[in-house]
Amino acid sequence: MQAPHSSTRAAFFSGVRDQAPIILGMLPFGMIAGAAPVASGMDPWLAMAMNIIIYAGAAQLAAISLMAQHVPMPIVVATALVVNLRFVMYSAALAPYFAKLSTSRKWLFSYLITDHGFALLTAKYKSDAAPELIEGYYGGVTFTMWTTWQMAVVLGILLGTKVPPSWSLDFTIPLVFLALVMPSLTTRAHWCAAGAASVMAIFTQSMPLKLGLITAAVVGIIVGTLLDARNEKLLAKDSHKGAQK
Amino acid sequence: MTIANDWQTIATIVACGVVTLLARASFVIWHTKLSVPPWFTRSLKFVAAAVLPALVMPEVLFRGAVAGDVLNYYRIIAAVLALAVAWRTRHLLATLVVGMMALWVLQWLKLF
Repeated sequence: MQAPHSSTRAAFFSGVRDQAPIILGMLPFGMIAGAAPVASGMDPWLAMAMNIIIYAGAAQLAAISLMAQHVPMPIVVATALVVNLRFVMYSAALAPYFAKLSTSRKWLFSYLITDHGFALLTAKYKSDAAPELIEGYYGGVTFTMWTTWQMAVVLGILLGTKVPPSWSLDFTIPLVFLALVMPSLTTRAHWCAAGAASVMAIFTQSMPLKLGLITAAVVGIIVGTLLDARNEKLLAKDSHKGAQK
Repeated sequence: MTIANDWQTIATIVACGVVTLLARASFVIWHTKLSVPPWFTRSLKFVAAAVLPALVMPEVLFRGAVAGDVLNYYRIIAAVLALAVAWRTRHLLATLVVGMMALWVLQWLKLF
């Protein structure tokens, strides 16, 4: 029994070490997730609760902006869901990693899924690695991420109550999104998806209830998906021709 | 443009938390029961690339426009500078600093 225990511990600390350098980059994001709701008039305790309940910075910033504009609840929730659809992709990729864990552990690890947690675990281990290594490593990564995120949020909340509205702190919301979108623009299809969504966002601006946002996002996703499917077909055709020669 | 601290805000936060958790848990919990069409899996690759620009555009172009103007020129200029930094450096803090500094300088100068 000694062996699995110590290997879990070692994996935990290697997870902490791998997550550590990422923290510095995430600190400003976490602080904004704390400062933005408070700057929009949200009670500091509610802002803290929001970060624990949702624990997804981008969706929270989108929701805060919509709530400040008094958009009805179903639209805010739908927007948060669309922003977080990428977690479905991570969930599918991580399912084989967590398959051997208990149900309660699966729920906990699901709640803790982040962009970085997903990237680190899938880079470090294959899904058939020993469950105690996966548990230890992913635990180390996500424990570090969660605690430092919440500390950054507390800092942001304290800051947000002190900053006057004339500082336009809400402008940090689109700035965070600008920085986040860049790494995702890896192919031509991704650029086209982003371009289509941007143009649609302008034309759908006057749609009621901020529905333009979801409309633009869906159009962008469709454009990217169609281009991707077309590229794949062209590639398949090419390789087929090559095989015939 | 403020958020009310009422039951509706609390309910919205809880509902956002529930859908977020369900998105994260989806395949981890129900992978044996879930089967999705290939186009859905394919489309997930483009969520971030499409959603984030759709969120940025209205915030930058129209939000907080100076009275009498449709567009918010200060924010547009600051965002373009920030975009250049984000594109070149892919650095969150650098993007934030340049964008906010630019906006503050423009608001302080009040050139137009």
